Amino acid sequence: MTDRRILDHPILGEQKSQKEISFTFNQKEYKGLQGEPIAAALLANGVRTLRYHEESGTPRGIYCNIGHCFECRVIINGKQGQRACLTPLEEGMVIESPAPLPTPVRDWRYENA
Amino acid sequence: MHNGIIIGAGPAGLTAAVTCAENGLDVIVLDEYMRAGGRLLGQLYEQPDGKWWNGIKESERLFQQAVDLGVQFRFGTAVSNIEYLDDMWVIYTEKEVLQTSNLLLATGAAESPVPVPGWTLPGVMSVGAAQVMTNVHRVKPGERGVIIGINVLSAAIAMELQLAGVEVASLTLPRMSEVTDVEAHPKEVMDSLLHVSHMAPSPFVKLGSKFMKGDFMKKMGAAFYPKNGVKMWDIPIQLRKAVIEIYGENQVEGVTLATINSKGDVVPGTEENIAADFVCIAGGLYPLAELAAIAGCPFYLVEELGGYVPLHSEEMETTLDGLYVAGNITGIEGAKVAAAQGHVAGLSIARNNGIRSLDYKIMDAIQHVKTTRDHAYIQFHPQIQKGRSKIQDQWNTYQRNVQEV
Ligand SMILES: Cc1cc2nc3c(=O)[nH]c(=O)nc-3n(C[C@H](O)[C@H](O)[C@H](O)COP(=O)(O)OP(=O)(O)OC[C@H]3O[C@@H](n4cnc5c(N)ncnc54)[C@H](O)[C@@H]3O)c2cc1C
Ligand code: FES
Repeated sequence: MTDRRILDHPILGEQKSQKEISFTFNQKEYKGLQGEPIAAALLANGVRTLRYHEESGTPRGIYCNIGHCFECRVIINGKQGQRACLTPLEEGMVIESPAPLPTPVRDWRYENA
Repeated sequence: MHNGIIIGAGPAGLTAAVTCAENGLDVIVLDEYMRAGGRLLGQLYEQPDGKWWNGIKESERLFQQAVDLGVQFRFGTAVSNIEYLDDMWVIYTEKEVLQTSNLLLATGAAESPVPVPGWTLPGVMSVGAAQVMTNVHRVKPGERGVIIGINVLSAAIAMELQLAGVEVASLTLPRMSEVTDVEAHPKEVMDSLLHVSHMAPSPFVKLGSKFMKGDFMKKMGAAFYPKNGVKMWDIPIQLRKAVIEIYGENQVEGVTLATINSKGDVVPGTEENIAADFVCIAGGLYPLAELAAIAGCPFYLVEELGGYVPLHSEEMETTLDGLYVAGNITGIEGAKVAAAQGHVAGLSIARNNGIRSLDYKIMDAIQHVKTTRDHAYIQFHPQIQKGRSKIQDQWNTYQRNVQEV
């Protein structure tokens, strides 16, 4: 959907036209703009959930959007732990959410046990 | 081999690169982001003279200037470690290992998180994340948002969101941590208090609505009310209530506000839901100084500067040979001050590379930092000047002690 994109802005003006390309996220095909961060391309498609927490399996999306928090880590072309907010989108990219770990990492602190 | 390496392509790093190149040095700038500008990219506000400060344009201008002078850039390059070996700084990135005798850390600032129940839901993001999505990538963070945390940055960004056609349903406060929590999570609570205390909640809560009519809000109103345009103050500001929860099934659907009594408990029956598809958390900024810590710089906690800062001189040297700092790593201020500091650092690096007759230029450049600070439009801490003097005093003490030994 294009209305998630701010095509015209009262001060910044029109968005510079960028090439539209295709990529997949969790096996589904999407369109995005070449060179924009993966996180922005997905959000423009209405996708907020980038991964599921390793232990609890609850959904996670971007938090800082500038590379600090690692909440947005995804698998890009088979490479794990890549930050979706820092990685520019390229044609044909295969992006996947890391799944919860089969052997859950447990928090052994007594207050959380 | 390069005469200098700069980590961070924000206003500080870019200006330092330009200054080094103007003095004939061969420098390279590393940045983990995909383009130049750092946090300057997202900035957009109307200045008192009616001209808009457009961070993208400013970033492009600085970047172009650097490129024209022959500065090399490596984007998408995160620096994970630095160390001093055989009189050289060794810089480790995922792709390569670089060496230099002069290294500038211009890594900027980060946002302090404020944990609120439900804050891991997709759709909850830092206020800076919403700024970058909107102004830089031109994608709406959502249709209707709630901002938790009231400070200079969140007020500015609320206005920027409205400008881009994104509704801000409310600017609100987080529920403050209780003293009892300190025992349970001393570090987390202390950290959050440190980063948040100067920026927002408690003083607002204490002063309540009277404060709204006071001088500060008037100044904020004047500062962020563009002459022809958006009505910033159409955004409801909730100072009496705090967000107790962010709710939603698989992503944000809204927030629950409630009145909190002095013990930190919810006053029953005061809960109120506000629908929203995204939530921004504004916990304030702190200097991003991990690399200086790894290098072994001594640190000081200076609240007015936003947290722990590496000890440095007005000439932007650290206590370590050939290691410099500039920009928000030395304390939280606006982009113009960061750039002015970058200019000083660039000159100091040039001098250390044997370029002569720079002493007067450096003195002028230091003076320019101060003038820029005095005329700064956005101030993150009202006592910034005091913070700067504190670190200067520490530097002087350090130098005296070193001489005595
Ligand atoms: C989210 C956010 C929003 C802000 N919004 C405003 C605003 O609206 N108005 C305002 O006046 N000020 C704002 N600021 C303050 C801002 O920090 C200053 O205005 C200014 O940009 C600081 O310049 P700098 O050069 O010190 O750092 P920055 O502009 O932050 O640049 C630092 C650069 O270093 C890079 N970097 C950091 N660590 C590494 C590493 N390990 N390896 C490689 N690269 C690295 C980063 O990617 C970044 O590009 C904001 C700060 C933040 C964090
Ligand atoms: S969202 Fe924080 S690192 Fe990507």
